[in-house]
Amino acid sequence: MPSNKPKTAIAVKNVSMMFNLNNEKIDNIKEYFIKLVTRKLHFSEFWALNDISFTVHKGERLGVLGLNGAGKSTLLKVICGVMKPTRGSITVSGVIAPLLELGAGFDSNYSGKENVFLYGATMGYSRKFMQSKYDDILAFSEIKDFIDVPVKNYSSGMKARLGFAIATAVEPDILILDEVLSVGDAKFRIKSEAKIKNMFDKGITVIFVSHNTDQVRRICNKAILLEKGKIVAQGTADEVCDIYDTITNKK
Amino acid sequence: MKNKYLRNFYKYRFLLSEIVRKNVRLQYRDSVLGMFWTFLQPLLTTIVLVLVFGRVFGKSSDGVVNYPIYLLCGRLLYEFYSQSTKRAMHSITGSASVIKKVYVPKYIYPLSNIISTFVTFMISLTVLVAMMAYFMLFTDTPLHLSPYILLALVPVFILLLLCIGVGLILSVLSVFFKDIEYLYDVFTLLLFYMTPIFYKLNQLHLDKVTVGGFPIVEYMLMANPLYSIVSMFRSCVLYSVMWNWHWFFYSLGFSLVTIIIGVWAFYKKQDKFILYL
Repeated sequence: MPSNKPKTAIAVKNVSMMFNLNNEKIDNIKEYFIKLVTRKLHFSEFWALNDISFTVHKGERLGVLGLNGAGKSTLLKVICGVMKPTRGSITVSGVIAPLLELGAGFDSNYSGKENVFLYGATMGYSRKFMQSKYDDILAFSEIKDFIDVPVKNYSSGMKARLGFAIATAVEPDILILDEVLSVGDAKFRIKSEAKIKNMFDKGITVIFVSHNTDQVRRICNKAILLEKGKIVAQGTADEVCDIYDTITNKK
Repeated sequence: MKNKYLRNFYKYRFLLSEIVRKNVRLQYRDSVLGMFWTFLQPLLTTIVLVLVFGRVFGKSSDGVVNYPIYLLCGRLLYEFYSQSTKRAMHSITGSASVIKKVYVPKYIYPLSNIISTFVTFMISLTVLVAMMAYFMLFTDTPLHLSPYILLALVPVFILLLLCIGVGLILSVLSVFFKDIEYLYDVFTLLLFYMTPIFYKLNQLHLDKVTVGGFPIVEYMLMANPLYSIVSMFRSCVLYSVMWNWHWFFYSLGFSLVTIIIGVWAFYKKQDKFILYL
């Protein structure tokens, strides 16, 4: 579709996310009723995200930077649709493939091959479609000899490789990377970065969360910096990374 | 509005079938006899129950026709109910790692667990067929095949609806209150004894236990929807007669109400799951 205007992949509009912080965790009925009767159900509000707005155009690679607790993971969860924002709206056009940390979508008793289809279905892909991608996945993950072994016997590196291979093989429109590139050995890191770079050419949109500014500079072309649930800086990856580096060096 | 949900379900139908496939395949994967346990397990437990209760409740004069078949009918249905609802109850908390990271329609998890238990249940029905064939060929019990046996699928379907409703409710509850998992274990044990599985309701002579001329205990047992469903199933399989229509309307109504409550509770609470998982 020829068009001069870049298409919007993700539009985040005035998104706020509020959590009730219980002073104590209540997860059984007895405690709940005791607290309810004695009126000790105190909640304090915590705004993990506060009026966040930004847009990511198709083909852009957005880095999300921020110190621990800045709201990065919450932002990703809201974008993925795992959490509904308390206020504001998110519009996503295209298929999102989140990279689950170390094969969280796998069933450990299932073999690697069977997990390919299970993981694919979790993202909404059919068996037939996954079958057509199966050879690519096998080749990239380099676990051909172990593909019929239950995943519980895999090393964490093998799981990470398989998970990464599946999430990238399905050619999603939007790829969400949550510090996954920091797992695995150097060889796998280089290979996976190359794979992602390769996907850029196909116009994939990437959201990348990391503390590693070098990686963000290499992968992303835009970045935002979060602090206490607010966007404090927004711009090209280099600009924002410089700001982030000065913040972290100060502390 | 409605279209949106249907479209979403259509997109994730593969997830439903993959989880069903996974559960069925994994159930007996590490056991030596494998899938054979689907037949063996109900057969052996029925033999145990026949040995324990056969003398007291197995008298054919009480109208049980054939005690092993009578028992097996009740046990198979009860076992499906308790297994599927328990699996559904654990399904959301058990899939926390996925639910926390990816968007998936969450009802897929309880639903797929109930359907996979339903698949193994349907396979285990062959043990009933085999046992009936045995008794008809080698003994002279008054069992006979009739077109009613096809109608046995109706109570099975009503039971499936009931399980979906109860499973949805339990899966929501277990996210917020872990205690429900222990409570429900006790409840299913109670249900096993409250449902006429190894006894016939009239054998207990509960109509003599009255409060103000009202056989309250018997009515309580009859209010159990499993009683109606099991009775309908036995009418078709064991007695070859049409069921009592009260059972049909009561159990169907009960199941539909449970489903409505389950869907409503799930829809209301599903966005909060993530905060508790």
